[in-house]
Amino acid sequence: MTPKHADLAEQFITDEPRTNWHDETLWFVREKRDKAVHGIPEWEDLREWGSQIKNHSLSNLSQYLKEFEEKATANGIQIHWAATGEEHNQIIHKIIQKNNIQRIVKSKSMLTEECHLNDYLEHRGIEVVDSDLGERIVQFRKEAPSHIVLPAIHLKKQDVSETFHEHLNTEKGNNDPQYLTEAARGHLRDKFVESELSITGVNFAIAETGGFVVCTNEGNADMGAHSAAVHIACMGFEKIIPKAEHLAVFLRLLARSATGQPITTFSSHFQKPRDGQEMHIVIVDNGRSTQLGREDFRNSLKCIRCAACFNTCPVYRRSGGHSYHTSTAGPIGSILNPNLDMKANSDLPFASTLCGSCTNVCPVKINIHEQLWKWRQEIVKNGYVDTTKKIGMNGMAVLFSYPAIYRLTGKIGRWVMRVVPFITNNQLNPWYKQREMPKPPKESFRDWYKKNGNSQKN
Amino acid sequence: MKVALFIPCYIDQFYPNVGIASLQLLEKLGCDVSFPLEQTCCGQPMANSGFASLSKGCDANFVKNFRGFDYIVAPSGSCVLHVKEHLHDDKNPLEAEKIRNSVYELTEFLTDILKVKNINARFPFKVGLHNSCHGQRMLNLSSMSERVLPAFSKPQDLLNMVQDIQLIKPKRNDECCGFGGTFCVFEEAVSVKMGKDRISEHQANDVDYITGVDSSCLMHLEGILNRQGNKIKTIHIAEILNSSL
Ligand code: SF4
Repeated sequence: MTPKHADLAEQFITDEPRTNWHDETLWFVREKRDKAVHGIPEWEDLREWGSQIKNHSLSNLSQYLKEFEEKATANGIQIHWAATGEEHNQIIHKIIQKNNIQRIVKSKSMLTEECHLNDYLEHRGIEVVDSDLGERIVQFRKEAPSHIVLPAIHLKKQDVSETFHEHLNTEKGNNDPQYLTEAARGHLRDKFVESELSITGVNFAIAETGGFVVCTNEGNADMGAHSAAVHIACMGFEKIIPKAEHLAVFLRLLARSATGQPITTFSSHFQKPRDGQEMHIVIVDNGRSTQLGREDFRNSLKCIRCAACFNTCPVYRRSGGHSYHTSTAGPIGSILNPNLDMKANSDLPFASTLCGSCTNVCPVKINIHEQLWKWRQEIVKNGYVDTTKKIGMNGMAVLFSYPAIYRLTGKIGRWVMRVVPFITNNQLNPWYKQREMPKPPKESFRDWYKKNGNSQKN
Repeated sequence: MKVALFIPCYIDQFYPNVGIASLQLLEKLGCDVSFPLEQTCCGQPMANSGFASLSKGCDANFVKNFRGFDYIVAPSGSCVLHVKEHLHDDKNPLEAEKIRNSVYELTEFLTDILKVKNINARFPFKVGLHNSCHGQRMLNLSSMSERVLPAFSKPQDLLNMVQDIQLIKPKRNDECCGFGGTFCVFEEAVSVKMGKDRISEHQANDVDYITGVDSSCLMHLEGILNRQGNKIKTIHIAEILNSSL
């Protein structure tokens, strides 16, 4: 059974200084985002446009995807369609085999994480080198990324230093970021130069032109794609936007929301293969059409993967990304993952206080907290809920339907807490573990009101 | 103006003073207030845990108690939000709709309906304001740091009318305290950690009290404060606005 968010989070928090550091680092990014967006008077309009363009695209998906396929094919790109993550992996595997390729670099793509491409290829004896710095670090450590934009944000420089010492033979105990980055740079340079195949993600695919855009801060997507003879770009089908002019909206939204930068350092536009190069695009469904069909949740497909909802989420910041036990963590992961596997991810929609910060920070206005609430109802309806919780809730329903029972229970409850507090004040009560119980008064407000309320008026 | 006072279950049971302060405050401001005696709960604990389907009886009882008033006012943003968004009653759909549209959180009612300009209250202490999420982000009681819109705060405007109060904002002005209904027990570790972090920001400001519009957030913070042996106290905004120390 998958460990649950609450337990993994509890483990994470046992190291409180590290939790504070994680929280503060991500809050720093959130504040950078605030500074960047508050300088733009039309920010809320941009969000609205972004949201509407995505809404329009999702409502006319087949038309735009067809248009994209036609234009891209005319440009000399080969288009593949994958219904599942497995199919996506098979398609890529075939291209590798056909070209008899040994050396592969990949730039960061959450879709390939979602499809577990690295594992798939590794099982077939093929090694893929992740070329994003953070991604390379977690790859060395055989971990999953903990954040979709900052994959190694859960690690400190000491951790990176140890990892590089083990894998790149850097000086032990040298934690200097400059030194470590140089080492990674040298290592990755070699990989880029040697690479025969480059795999990238897609941030935006443009129906009108058949081209696509990949955004990175390290330029690693370009380095890979420009030197390799084969370029495979993988995209979830929701990445489609109608026209090139719409990029103006999304590129402004994406970088500011992600890191507080005005624009991502590299926004690379790919239109056609260069002479002698092969270019492929794999368009993946993997549950997306099911989500599109779930009216309450289709909005989640607007996501441009900026991770602003991660950085703002007070639960994410204090529980780390691995506590979400899926490739896409955070608030958006909590509404996307139950679609892929409701049972295994039935805990995720509950890993939120429903504070609503995610919804309001989201550059494409996804109603994340409302969807979390709706997923909770779905999950209970489908029976993925603890029996004890179910019994408790049924009891509560009776309690609140019958005022006399409610009052009697309240009275007894308060009496018990006053007279025999150890019944509630024990380690089996999760409230009491780190919090005192409220001090129960002798009379409820209603009791007081019956005695004093009306006399006060007269 | 016939106003019904809705005192959420946990305030009724654990924080009667908040109910008393709310009642007295509304009466001072000239409202004809009744407290329907058979009220229980808004149903939020079930609904937020995924059991909205179980709230029918609770909803029906709510409608029975609160039909026929001009306004329904409660000292809890979270419960008001729940009623506004989710109250339904198959037998009395129109009554339920009317209630959904006439339920107000206390500070919202004072600001938007009564349009209070003066409050005869004095509270000579250093107070940190906790912005409770549901009130802030969903009932729009105050602006939030996520959105690019003009800043405002209804609770803060009201507190500024109180004599001798020293209001101090925490560094992260509008971060959640971690209560979150049943979240506080099912995700106990994160919940407490969030609460501790809120408290340490108020502590850095050396406040005497933490106040807010939701007793639930305050109950959670109070539980942690008391366990820490911390001298900071919690107090509901109604108690400050009704105070004449
Ligand atoms: S849900 Fe919104 S905020 Fe979160 S990653 Fe997606 S676009 Fe960004």
